[in-house]
Order: sequence, then structure tokens, then C-alpha cells
Amino acid sequence: MEWEVVIGLETHTQLRTKSKQFSGASITYGAEPNTQADEVSIALPGVLPVLNKQAVECAIKFGLAINADIPARSVFSRKNYFYPDLPKGYQISQFELPVVGKGAVTIQVPASGKNAAYEKVINITRAHLEEDAGKSVHGALEGMSGIDLNRAGTPLLEIVTEPDMRSASEAVAYAKKLHELVQWIDICDGNMQEGSFRCDVNVSVRPKGTDKFGTRREIKNLNSFKFMTQAIEYETRWQIETLEDGGTIQQATVLFNPDTGETKAMRSKEEANDYRYFPDPDLLPLEVTAADKARVKATMPELPDAMKARFEADYALSSYDAAALTASRELADYFTATVHAGSDAKPAANWIMGAISAKLNTEEKMINESPISAAQLAQLLKRIADNTISNNAAKQVFEAMWAGEGEVDAIIAEKGLKQESDSGAIEAIIDEVLKANPAMVEEFKAGKEKAFNALVGQAMKASKGKANPAQVNEVLKKKLAN
Amino acid sequence: MALNITDIKRIAHLARLEISDQEATATLTKLSGILGLIEQMQAVDTTNITPMSHSQDVTQRLREDVVTAINQREAFQSNAPFLGNGSAEKAVDSGLYLVPKVIE
Repeated sequence: MEWEVVIGLETHTQLRTKSKQFSGASITYGAEPNTQADEVSIALPGVLPVLNKQAVECAIKFGLAINADIPARSVFSRKNYFYPDLPKGYQISQFELPVVGKGAVTIQVPASGKNAAYEKVINITRAHLEEDAGKSVHGALEGMSGIDLNRAGTPLLEIVTEPDMRSASEAVAYAKKLHELVQWIDICDGNMQEGSFRCDVNVSVRPKGTDKFGTRREIKNLNSFKFMTQAIEYETRWQIETLEDGGTIQQATVLFNPDTGETKAMRSKEEANDYRYFPDPDLLPLEVTAADKARVKATMPELPDAMKARFEADYALSSYDAAALTASRELADYFTATVHAGSDAKPAANWIMGAISAKLNTEEKMINESPISAAQLAQLLKRIADNTISNNAAKQVFEAMWAGEGEVDAIIAEKGLKQESDSGAIEAIIDEVLKANPAMVEEFKAGKEKAFNALVGQAMKASKGKANPAQVNEVLKKKLAN
Repeated sequence: MALNITDIKRIAHLARLEISDQEATATLTKLSGILGLIEQMQAVDTTNITPMSHSQDVTQRLREDVVTAINQREAFQSNAPFLGNGSAEKAVDSGLYLVPKVIE
């Protein structure tokens, strides 16, 4: 039987604020335990939560960025459960009425094997504001666990999709797109190591062609795209094998173990799924007016999809190139700056996605750490365009600039890379070559095309590689025709 | 909706309340009375009424995103529970609050 995997994601993004969701405690990462746990974070009796304005604006930004409904009113609810890292005994979240309603994002799924790349729309069910829990630290003292409440109360936006994805690559393409988007609109720093962006993935399988969803298992807290791929592929195989062996799938929460590459069900917490949500009487309904939305919209940058369309239209770039260049705001800014500094768009795109990306990957650097500035790259590309240097020489200049050896023109002069474009000089070189290689000339005249290339090679060699190859071709053709 | 003793025990467990059989029976009577009251209210036609989530018809005031809290760990932890078994020691260690071991 052929199987189909059905995937939905819930992503917790930590919002870029200075203080907590409901109090003025700092959320700086890595502080000493409990030094950022104020009376609200540790749930002392009598404290009142007061909602962070910045967190609300982040949620509005996200809603606008995915073209979602942003209702005039949303409501905070208590999600009740007991765990030592949750001192109130409930998490403040949103349930029936979230701050962001239905929206959508378009993902680019890369080509793999025989399958070509394609675009797909992933529907977002909702996004809601909530607070993070604290952290349990094990092994500090025999028989005890340590609780650090610094993270308790950190502002989160949980983004939930419809079960729209049908493969691990679609799920990862969505997660990457969302990761880019939240950083692009500057609501999340995207730091996956520090847990600022973590995904829960719901996976189920069903016979291909059927409508009914299978029973799902939820893979918790994936914090790398590589693990996400591995976890989904393992989980999918496991579910299919279980069903084919005549077993059934029990709804469960599972954890991925990066060391074994396997997913494993957590010990089921008794009655864990009965959260008894009810509206939090400590918080009034959150109102978002049209004016609020307009005010936030005015602060937002051009969105990646709009910029991609503009790159395709204005610079005649392919959809693939435009998508790659708008993968991050920094990369898009670098490209735009290169073009504004006088380079043609297509070579700028090629060099940024080729030579520069390759170097950045090797050295594990981000584009804003590139030793070659956009202005320097533009200058290099101008020197190719005006025939000062050949493409080959440009690669040498590029390496030298990357190593910090100076500016384009100085390096060209120093290394003697200037291309010979003086037609008189080129004609003289070719005359020499023709005189020195009469046999090749005869071969060419006898119809051997290969001899022409050999002559071009001789001329380039005689010029020490500095002659403009296009010009050599042209002059040689003319001379041989005589 | 009629409640039974099992429901009462389950609700008590979810709220981490220890409840004896006798208390459960008494609670069943009281809670059923409250539900009976709610049932009467359900009879009111609320078709065109927007549900309220708060008793006051006002909206949430927002706080500017500024760090105002200072580190009061020492003061808070001086009020932490004792380690247990008559220990005079506070259940804190290296800045952490201590709880009986949590198995993940």
C-alpha cells in the first residue's frame, strides 16, 4: 500500500522584547539562576499580570505579514497543569480567541532527486500570545531537581498551521520560511540554540487517496532543521511499519533523540491533556484597533515575498534567484547595495549566491560578516563589465580582497591583472602567433576547427593571459579569413 | 450534566486536592447544586449576545516594554520552603529552587 504522511507544525517563537510578557523582569539570556525571576515570575500571592505592549505589536506585525485576520478583541486564558517549572499552576495563554486568526505563507520546496522545486501555500490556523515556563535543572543535588524561573514569563507567540504538509521537506521548507519571516519583521532573533525558535511537529500517516486523518503523534521541541528532517522521516517510517504489522497508533507526545536518530514516546503524563482552560480574570480582553494595525504597519519593512516579486520584475532575475536573495534581510540588503553601487543585477546575484555564499559557508559566517563590502563587490563587477579584467582574473582579485589585501583597482595593478584590450597590441600578438605556428594555420584552413582553439590558446599564452579573449577570437577570425 | 463520584475524584486529582470518600460525596451534592443553577441559566435565550470574558466591559491596559524589576533573589529565596523532614535548611542551592526530583 502507498502511504501519505500528514504534517502540521506548532512553533514557539520568543518575541524580541526587553521585559517579560506580564512583568518588568528582564529576559536576557544566560543570567544567573533566578536573578531575573521577579514576584510575578515566581507567582507570589497578590501579584497582577500586566501585558507587554511590545509583545502585542510583535503579534500584530506577524498577523500583517501573513495576511491574517487580526480580530478587534482577543482573550487570555489559563491553561491549568502542575509542573515545578510553572509556579502559578497555570500558563497564561490564549484559547478560543487568539490575537491572530487565519493566514497563510507561501513556501518554496527545493528540488530533490527527480522532483523539481515547487511552491506551496501553507495555511496558518492561528497565532496566540503566551508565556514560557521556567527550566528544570537535574543532577544538582541527590534526589532533587533545581528550578530556574528566569525563563518563566518570557513572551512567546505560538504559531499553528493547518495539517497542510505532506513530506519532511515541505515541513522543513515551512519552518525555514517562518524562521526567515520572523527575523525579517524583527519579532524574534531566530536563535535556535537558545530556544528562541522551537517547533513541535504533528505527524500522522494514512493510505494515499483517503480523506480521513490517521492518529497523530507530536514530536516535541525540535530546535534544528536537520533534526526535524531526521525526526519526521523516522517517525513516518515507524508509523507505517507499525500499521503494516497490524498495529495501531496511539496518540502520544514523543521526543527525538539526536544520538540514536529515533523518536520515543514520553511517559504519558496522567490526564495531561485536560487543561481546563478558562478566561483569566486577571487580564482584560486585548483590543486591537484599525489604528493600531495602521501604526504597526507603518513601521514594517517590505516583506520578502513582495521584495522577491520586485527583484524578478526590476532586475529580470529568475524566481529561484530572487527567492535565494530574499532568504534574509541582510542578504537582500547586500544585493541591493551592490546594485545601487553600480553593478548589473544578474552578475551581482551570481557572485553573491556563488563565490560569496561558498566562502561564507566554508567560514561559517553571515553575510554581514563578509570581508568584502557590497561597494567593493560592485567595483569588482564593474571592472569585469568594462573589460578591465577577465572573469578568471576577477576570481584572483576576489580571493585577494577576501584576504584583506586591499581595494579592487590596487589589487589589479599590483598583480598585473589588467586585461589587454588595445587592438593594436592584440593584433601584434596574433601576427606573431600565426607566424610561429604555420602548421596550425594550415590545419584550420583544411577545415579543422580544433586548430582555431589551439591558436586562441597560443595567443592567450603569449599575452600571459591578459588579452581579452573575446577580442582575440574576433581578431583571429578576421586574420584567418584573409 | 450529572456528575458522579468518579468525576469529583478526577477533578480533585487534577487540582491536586486530597479528598476523602466522605468529602467527595458532600462535594458531589454541592457541585451538582451549582450545575443545576447553571442549567437554569442555560434556558435563557442568548442568541444575539456576545459572550463576555470579563465582568467589566473594559479592555486591557498595556505596559511599556521596560525592565523595571531588580534582582531580589535573596529576599525571595529567604522565604523558600524548608528542605523537609524537619530540616532547618531552605530548599535552595546555587540560586536554584529545589523540588523533589522531576523525571522528564
